[in-house]
Amino acid sequence: MVRRAVRWLDERSGAAPFLKGVLRYVFPDHWSFLLGEVALYAFIVLVATGVYLTLFFEPSLSKTVYHGPYVPLQGVEMTDAYRSVLDISFQVKAGLLIRQTHHWAANVFVAAIVVHLLRIFFTGAFRKPRDLTYLIGLAMLMLTLLEGYLGYSMVDDLLSGMGLAIGYSVALSAPVVGGALGRLIWGAPYPGDPAFESRMYIAHVFVFPIIIGTLIALHLTLVASRHHTQFRRPGRQSGRKVLGVPMFPGQAPRSLGLMAAVAGVLFLLGGLVQINPIWLWGPYHVGLGTNGAQPDWYLGWLIGALRLIPHFDVTIGNYTLVPNPFWGGMLFPLFVFFILAVWPWAERRFTRDRSFHNVLDRPRDAPWRTALGAGVLTFVLLVFFVGSADRAFVSYQIDYNTQIWIYRVLCLVLPPLVTWLTLRICRGLQRADEIEHDREEAEGESAAAAA
Amino acid sequence: MRRRSETVVAMLLFACAGCAIAFVVFYAIDRLGRNTQVMGLALGGALIFLAVALMVTAARLVVSEELEHDYPEPEHPEEQQAIEQVVAESGDRLTRKRLLKTAAGLAGGAVGAALVVPAASLGPVVSSAPLYDTPWRRGLRLVDDKGRPWRALDIEPKNFYTAYPEGADRDLIGSPLVVIRLDPAELHLPADRAGWAPQGILAYSKVCTHAACAIALFRTPKFEPTQPRPALVCPCHYSTFDPSRAGEVIAGPAGRALPQLPLYVDPAGVLRAAGNFSGPVGPSWSGVRSGKAT
Repeated sequence: MVRRAVRWLDERSGAAPFLKGVLRYVFPDHWSFLLGEVALYAFIVLVATGVYLTLFFEPSLSKTVYHGPYVPLQGVEMTDAYRSVLDISFQVKAGLLIRQTHHWAANVFVAAIVVHLLRIFFTGAFRKPRDLTYLIGLAMLMLTLLEGYLGYSMVDDLLSGMGLAIGYSVALSAPVVGGALGRLIWGAPYPGDPAFESRMYIAHVFVFPIIIGTLIALHLTLVASRHHTQFRRPGRQSGRKVLGVPMFPGQAPRSLGLMAAVAGVLFLLGGLVQINPIWLWGPYHVGLGTNGAQPDWYLGWLIGALRLIPHFDVTIGNYTLVPNPFWGGMLFPLFVFFILAVWPWAERRFTRDRSFHNVLDRPRDAPWRTALGAGVLTFVLLVFFVGSADRAFVSYQIDYNTQIWIYRVLCLVLPPLVTWLTLRICRGLQRADEIEHDREEAEGESAAAAA
Repeated sequence: MRRRSETVVAMLLFACAGCAIAFVVFYAIDRLGRNTQVMGLALGGALIFLAVALMVTAARLVVSEELEHDYPEPEHPEEQQAIEQVVAESGDRLTRKRLLKTAAGLAGGAVGAALVVPAASLGPVVSSAPLYDTPWRRGLRLVDDKGRPWRALDIEPKNFYTAYPEGADRDLIGSPLVVIRLDPAELHLPADRAGWAPQGILAYSKVCTHAACAIALFRTPKFEPTQPRPALVCPCHYSTFDPSRAGEVIAGPAGRALPQLPLYVDPAGVLRAAGNFSGPVGPSWSGVRSGKAT
């Protein structure tokens, strides 16, 4: 049976040598190597649930009046886009399950990518020959943030509209070209041309997924062709030979199991834990706002950055050069991505280490990388937490403006402090390693002498 | 031991099948088919049982020996050289390389430009004049979201009202207003805005000058001696504007004051616009201060 199937395929494709290689491809074993796989499987769930949702979603801003089963909105004027998502939630069988699973999958997808990125960074896995793989990964993270934002923006509920208003203002804030940029994307002054909904839709369901999918394929091809990194194993040539479990039969059930687990958890979340209850927000109008609706977690760092900046526009006389949202909404994320993108190059320059690296560092092995990485991470996390300052005010009655001032000070003080502390800890651990090494050597020698 | 693991995997697969069938049944029953929790539990449960079955298989049932492979060659110098040579020799028969390079560059650039130019249809780019547009004109009545005119006596102190221009599109960035009433003695408006706030009734654009969210919060002191002055607050990034001082920014990130709309009360007691806003409405762009609301 297997023989016939393999022969049939080999005769037509000549793929037997390739398939044999695939089956024996080895995976080094460490739990943190599974983070990227979690992201991949979340993407698969996103595509599957997303296709289902497009069968019912109507990307149109035409006005209609709601007559569906959700009583509080009956008789309310709204757009077809919002009405169709209400119908997905209340009238399409299993529609709410799929919609909530899609939204949860988006949150998990970004989270998995971010944690995967941290693993890659702090173990030095981005070094040659994997720097291109790393850059493709960064590009995917950037696209994913935009893709997620577009996803909840095209529903046209109150949260969508507020998010788009902020996006429009950030686009408008680009120095010199902002006014033109905003009107190019939106087609008219905010809320824009009705065709803007179609633009978001085609971008969200076609352009971005195709690009992300292509980049995933490229990313994985590069991973496979250069093979996986591994941690050092004592007594083995860790840099020359990769040691691990072969794809089949060892790794396949683990990976498939992980895929089923990711999908299972996402469906459980989608079924049991409410996310973005759009019927509570209501339809969007320019004159409406709320502070009860919160966007997805991965936009928290941008909201925090927008809030942290003191109130000023950069003006020359009466000419406005840089409007305020530019700093938090555009410069800050671009700056973080810029640091991440040039890091492999900068590290090669400063360490003068241009060789190939198949063996991972433990964070202590590269104290400066770990320390600076921890500093930048602290900064980004602090800004992220600013995004929840209003929730802290509502829940714990800590004065909002006091919080903002505390965060402003912390953003200046804490990152250098964390960098210095991490550097000390790494060096301390290195020294402990050396002492341990010496002790073992001495014990070995004395044991040999005694024998 | 092996037989026990096989039994466990088989049981888990049965449980998976059971949950999956339950999902199909729930879907088919109309009442349960709309019950998101039950369906999520069934489908998620099926996948989790499958996951555990696969993991037990991986850990207990299949061979999981470790293999050692060589890492791929870091580079292939011979092939690199061969490629370089092929490319270098490909142009050997050309005699006028510079001419051809220029022509090809021109053709490539021109075709590229031709393919990109239609993107300009997305939106009018050249003039920023439309960004200054608002529907407000002298004499326009202030109406509520149902189109009923706001009378001066409807506007009570310590309260917060939204108004729109009568007969205009409410979903323009220049349309919505916040209307409040303060004690006229407390107002500190600039001299050129004398008479803009009849009876202490003030109207400001409801669209934040920071990031275009609607100013949906009104902070009003419950105990005036100790609590801060009334303020208009945006719920997105908490830009805070002082309505008694011409909408200037007290806190938060907004870079410009909230534009004020001059008002008058007509003989019927209805609020009307006495002109256009004090400045451009909505978020800022490069050059925003160079023009006026039109």
